[in-house]
Amino acid sequence: MITLSHVTKSFGPKQVLTGVDLVVPKGQSMVVIGGSGTGKSVLLKCILGLVHPDQGTITLDGQDVEKAEREAFLARFGMLFQGGALFDSLRVWENIAFRLLRGPLKLPKAEAREAAIEKLRRVGLTPETADLFPAELSGGMQKRVGLARAIAASPEIIFFDEPTTGLDPIMAGVINDLIREIVTEMGATAITITHDMSSVRAIADRVAMLHGGVIRWEGPVAEMDATPDPYVQQFIHGRAEGPIAAVR
Amino acid sequence: MTGLLAALGRPLLAVLAAFGRLAIYAAQVMAGLLRRPFYSREFLSALLNVGWLSLPVVGLTAIFTGGALALQIYAGGQRFNAEAVVPQIVAIGMVRELGPVLVGLMIAARVTSSIAAEIATMKVTEQIDALVTLSTNPLKYLTVPRVLAGTLTVPLLVAVGDIIGIMGGFAVATGQLGFNKATYIQNTIDFLETADVVSSLIKGAVFGAIATLIGCYHGMNSGRGAMGVGQATKTAVATASILILAANFLLTSVMFGS
Ligand SMILES: Nc1ncnc2c1ncn2[C@@H]1O[C@H](COP(=O)(O)OP(=O)(O)OP(=O)(O)O)[C@@H](O)[C@H]1O
Ligand SMILES: [Mg+2]
Repeated sequence: MITLSHVTKSFGPKQVLTGVDLVVPKGQSMVVIGGSGTGKSVLLKCILGLVHPDQGTITLDGQDVEKAEREAFLARFGMLFQGGALFDSLRVWENIAFRLLRGPLKLPKAEAREAAIEKLRRVGLTPETADLFPAELSGGMQKRVGLARAIAASPEIIFFDEPTTGLDPIMAGVINDLIREIVTEMGATAITITHDMSSVRAIADRVAMLHGGVIRWEGPVAEMDATPDPYVQQFIHGRAEGPIAAVR
Repeated sequence: MTGLLAALGRPLLAVLAAFGRLAIYAAQVMAGLLRRPFYSREFLSALLNVGWLSLPVVGLTAIFTGGALALQIYAGGQRFNAEAVVPQIVAIGMVRELGPVLVGLMIAARVTSSIAAEIATMKVTEQIDALVTLSTNPLKYLTVPRVLAGTLTVPLLVAVGDIIGIMGGFAVATGQLGFNKATYIQNTIDFLETADVVSSLIKGAVFGAIATLIGCYHGMNSGRGAMGVGQATKTAVATASILILAANFLLTSVMFGS
C-alpha cells in the first residue's frame, strides 16, 4: 500500500503540489487523471524519490520512503517514463533486460535476451526489434520498449506515465489489456497516468483526479461517471466550458 | 563599504561553494571506486573513448608542437650561439610541460565535452532517473568508469605525446636544421632524467582525472532542455581547461620549484 499525506512540492515560485493525500491499496490499479502540467509526473517521481517533496510524507507499506534502503526499495518498482527514457547507447534488448544483466537478478546473457524478446512480444513488437538502437524506433515503439523495460523484472509496483499516448487505437488496446493483466494476474500494484478516457475505463480499479495541486476527487472507476464533481465531469467529457480553465 | 565587501564576497562565496561541491563529488567518486559493483563494460568502453580514440588528436598536436619548438629553440639559441641545445630543450620542454599540458587540453576539448554532453542529454531525457529506478547508482555506472579510464589512459597518451613531440623536433632538426640523427637521439636520451618522465606521467594522471570528473559533474548537474546541455558542455570544457592549467602550475612548483 502506498500512502501520500499532505505532500507539497514547488519549483521556485511555482507551486505544483499543494497538499496531495492519496492511498493506493496493494494489488489495485489506480489511474491518475488531470490536466496537462498539473503535476502528475512529479507525483510519481516523488513516490520514487527522484524528486523530494517539500513537505508531507510518503509511505510504502507503512515505511517512510525517504528512510528506506534505496536499492531494496527501488527493486520493488518498475517505471515507464513519459518520454520513454530509453538508454540510447544500449540496444533495445539490453534496455529491456537492464536489471537482468546486472545486480541481484543477473541472468546469463542468452537467458536475459530471451526474457527481453518475450517482453517485446507482449508489447506487440517483433523479435527483430531487439537488436536495434532506440534512436531507430518510432515514438510509439520507444514507448512500448519503455513499457517492456518497466515490467521486465516483474516488479510488485509499476508506474506507467501515459502508456498509450502516441499509439494507434489497436496498439493502445493491446497495452491497456497488458496493464490490466499485470495487475489481475501478477497481483501488481499499478499507478497509471493517462489522458485517454477509454484507457481509464480499461485499466482502473480506482481513479484519482489531480487538480490545483490536490487530489480533487478519488473513487472507484464505477462511480466516476456518476459523480457530481464538476471538475471530473468536465474532464471526462472533454468540455471546454467548466471550472477548469482552458489556459494553464 | 559594506556594500562593496558584499559585492566582492558574494562571487567569492559562490566560487568556494562550487569548489566545495566539486570536492564532495570527487570524494564520492573515490568512495564509489572502492565499493562494488564495478561496471567493467562501461569501463572498457570508456577506455576506448578516452584513450584509444584520442590518439590521432594527441599525435597530431604533439608532432606539430615538437616541430615548432625545435625551430624556435634553434632561432632563439642562435642569438647567443647555443643552437646546439635544440635536442635537450625540445626533450625537456615536451616531457615536462608541453606534452602533458597540450594533451590535457586536447582531452578537455575532446573528452570532457563529449562526456558532459552525453550525460547532460541523459539527464534531460530522464535517462538518469531511469537508471536510478533500475537500482543503478548513476555515479557508479557513469562517473566511476569514466574517471578511472581517464586517470589510467591519459598518462599513456601523454607518454605517446611526449615521444611524438620529440620525434617532431627530431624531424625538423635533422631534416631542416642540419642536425646529425644519431647525435640528436643520443643527446635526448642522455639528457632526460627519470624524474622528468615520471612528472610527465603524474601530470597526465591528474589531468585525466580532472577532465573526466568535470565532464561528469557538469553533465549530472545540467539544466533542463537543449540549452541546459549546451551550457553544461561549455562550462565543463572551460572549467576543465582552467583547472588543468592551474593544476599544472601547482604540480610544476611542487615537483621542480625547489
Ligand atoms: N525539474 C523541474 N524543474 C522545474 N519545474 C518542473 C520540474 N519538473 C516539473 N516541473 C513543473 O511542474 C509542473 C508539473 O509537471 P508535470 O510534468 O508533473 O506535469 P504533468 O501533470 O505530468 O503534465 P503532462 O500531462 O503534460 O505530462 C510543470 O509546470 C512543470 O513545468
Ligand atoms: Mg507528465
